[in-house]
Amino acid sequence: MNRRNFLRNTGFVAAGSLFVPAFMKPFEAMALDELSLYKNLVVVQLSGGNDGLNTVVPFGNDLYYQKRKSIAIKPEDVIKLNDMQGLNPNMAALQEIYDQGWMTIINDVGYPNPDRSHFRSMDIWQTGSDSNQFLSTGWIGRYLDSNCQTCKFPYTAIEVDDSLSLAMKGQTKKGIALKDPAALFRNTNNPFFKAVLQNDQEHLDEDNLGYLYKTMIETQSSASYIQNTSKIYQSKFTYPSSGFANQLKTVSKFISSGLKTRVYYVSLSGFDTHVNQIGQQGNLLKQYSEGMAAFIKDLKSNNKLDDTLVVTFSEFGRRVEQNASSGTDHGTANNMFVFGGRLKKQGIFNAAPNLSDLDSGDLKYQLDFRQVYGTILDKWLDVNNGDILNKKFNTLDFI
Amino acid sequence: MNAKDNSLRVKHLYNRAGFGISYADLHKISRKNIEKIVAGLLKESKDDSITLVDGSESKRQMLVQAGLYAKKNLSDEEKKIRQEITRMQNEVSKDLNIAWIYKMINTTSPLREKMTLFWHGHFACRSNEPLYAQQLNNIQRTHGLGSFKTLLMEVSKSPAMLQYLNNQQNRKGKPNENFARELMELFTLGRGKYTENDIKESARSFTGWMYDKDGTFIFRQNLHDDGTKTFFGKTGNFDGENIIDLILAKPDTAEFIARKVYKFFVNDQPNEVHVKELGDHFYAANYDISALMKKMFTSDWFYSPENVGTKIKSPIEFLVGLSREFYVTYNKPQILIQLQSSLGQYLFNPPNVAGWPGGQNWIDSSSLMLRMRIPSLVLNDGEIDFSGKADPEDEAVIALNKNATANANNNAKPKSYVNANADWSKFLSTFPKGISPLELTEFLLQPKLNDKIVKMVSDNKGLRSTAVEITSMPEYQLV
Repeated sequence: MNRRNFLRNTGFVAAGSLFVPAFMKPFEAMALDELSLYKNLVVVQLSGGNDGLNTVVPFGNDLYYQKRKSIAIKPEDVIKLNDMQGLNPNMAALQEIYDQGWMTIINDVGYPNPDRSHFRSMDIWQTGSDSNQFLSTGWIGRYLDSNCQTCKFPYTAIEVDDSLSLAMKGQTKKGIALKDPAALFRNTNNPFFKAVLQNDQEHLDEDNLGYLYKTMIETQSSASYIQNTSKIYQSKFTYPSSGFANQLKTVSKFISSGLKTRVYYVSLSGFDTHVNQIGQQGNLLKQYSEGMAAFIKDLKSNNKLDDTLVVTFSEFGRRVEQNASSGTDHGTANNMFVFGGRLKKQGIFNAAPNLSDLDSGDLKYQLDFRQVYGTILDKWLDVNNGDILNKKFNTLDFI
Repeated sequence: MNAKDNSLRVKHLYNRAGFGISYADLHKISRKNIEKIVAGLLKESKDDSITLVDGSESKRQMLVQAGLYAKKNLSDEEKKIRQEITRMQNEVSKDLNIAWIYKMINTTSPLREKMTLFWHGHFACRSNEPLYAQQLNNIQRTHGLGSFKTLLMEVSKSPAMLQYLNNQQNRKGKPNENFARELMELFTLGRGKYTENDIKESARSFTGWMYDKDGTFIFRQNLHDDGTKTFFGKTGNFDGENIIDLILAKPDTAEFIARKVYKFFVNDQPNEVHVKELGDHFYAANYDISALMKKMFTSDWFYSPENVGTKIKSPIEFLVGLSREFYVTYNKPQILIQLQSSLGQYLFNPPNVAGWPGGQNWIDSSSLMLRMRIPSLVLNDGEIDFSGKADPEDEAVIALNKNATANANNNAKPKSYVNANADWSKFLSTFPKGISPLELTEFLLQPKLNDKIVKMVSDNKGLRSTAVEITSMPEYQLV
């Protein structure tokens, strides 16, 4: 049945002004009990290839100090988590979060035949593909496509940015990108665009024109819903003044105002530290940690931390041995961070990277990143990971 | 065929084979029949290469770079030099991008540029070295309407591709299969038409295909594996050229290219009967690309309703078409790079070796809203003069917008960040005197007009505001 017949048969065709079918206007139709216990996922992307070894420092391993003469973090500066690993001193803001049991560190996450190109490896992480496979849909996008109970709304996935990442694009459904809900609302409610959609029933076929109209209607409907739901909410929490912290503040506003969005996507870039890494990475890790600490505490104070899972990744880690410019070159496996109020395994999840068993100078991965995705899909988003990842991955016990 | 039908066909042809056509040109050209016009398009598509990047300067920089790369400990001075070279390469890469999009906007050989754009997505490649990027782009332009065999051979030997697909690292005893795999999967045959063993054996055949410090292709005999290989069931001491010949001997290759051409020029959803027809013709014509294009553009099905006004413009088709149509000058050309990137098609930077997926993949909420805003930003400082009745809710939005504009003006920013000018008098001079807003709309839009649009433009006042409105509609996204 095509969309038009569906509308006709079910009597959804609205008479009068702005034509928005009821299934695209779920807020009004939503029952109250749906408002509670809504699980959110926040994906944080660190672009450029964050150096995991100077983020979670293996201070207990001499090899680390041998390979990184001028950029190693001194043992006395490391924020120690156990006898082997500790955090970069610029991440002090996260210590309290870690101590509360709201943070898990997964070591050595990667994939077979790793690609060292930023673009390609980012594609692989965002699509969840094998390294020799080219997919044009992202893993979150395919989750939206799966049409599950919890992902049927056009605003199910929101990226706080001007444009949408591949991770958020499915075959038939896509996330929505917005930096400022008020600006998107103004844009979509421009009187001309409203007139374009006026009484529009012609265009809900499955062809390309229908697709354009459907996207436009959903964008307008979502923009109104997001703006109207979130505009009254004012965070009482102070965030540091960085672009990254602002993105997280926006996400927190959405979560705390009860938006029925399930996935949020934010990113922080600049991690490609080939030259003089210490200062540059330090600044970024500080921004990351202070922003994240404020976000987690904000969620906690709003009683939303138990319903939220935050996961951080970067497209690859960096070489174990530093280069001649006090920086590091592109590498392979890396650590991932998970935050939330209901973590099953808190703290360090698995063994620290083995620095003596390398693959031509690079870390060997212990866990496939799709096991992490698979765990989130199965246990947090309640879908079967094999349907989204094209094959079934074993899940892990961090949630 | 009556004159009106013929002019609709010609407009469709120029939209797909090029980047649109002016009203005046359309009416001049439409006196001829389609065969003659297609022949003309193929003939006038003369090759003129992009010569922006200075070869000798680039080579000098690359030599310095290679020297520094080999060194262990760099002095501060040397680090500075290296950074400076990278900075200059980035600058030149941006200039190259703008040079090409300007070329598309101003060209008198639209089919040649459209083909270059097609091959740019087919042989998708990234290179940090602008000289190599320019070289590959020129190969795709020069051979884009010639022999596919020559094109494929030249692309395979270009430094940009050798570097991108790691054939520099493909050596006797240590084969790197990246190029061999993509050659068959993406450039010629498509998945499922070869075995993993065919990849291994052809990778061995391409060992020794490299480029030297000057960026010239070189076959290094001493790094070439000259042992016996078995490929597609044939055994011999094959080299790379033999492998390419064996791939082209398969009609599957002709059909694969025909399908890709069809999806780019005709319809995202291929009609397999038409694809087969094109593939057979292409194979019989010994991979002559002009013969393939001529066959397609002169087929009746090319002009059937399901293929007219039904394709989503790529961001480049959208930007170039709009700029050509309204004779736009960009006061800050860099904005074109920003727009390419925001709309998801940054030239010379395809997402990966498979190119841009195209079709509905171009459209998401943010890219669609931006596309519908761009015409008003480019043509009219961001304003859409719309005189429909405003309801109370609209009034609030209008006030908000006025506030935002007033704030922007207080900060002495230009009204629209795009900072471009359309040449309205030139645009309007291409139309006959007394043309109505409705006729203008019929000309600007490829999809058939429905009652809603007819009604919207019939209460309209001027041609200029009609043009801004029409180009801001979802229908304008289709070609």
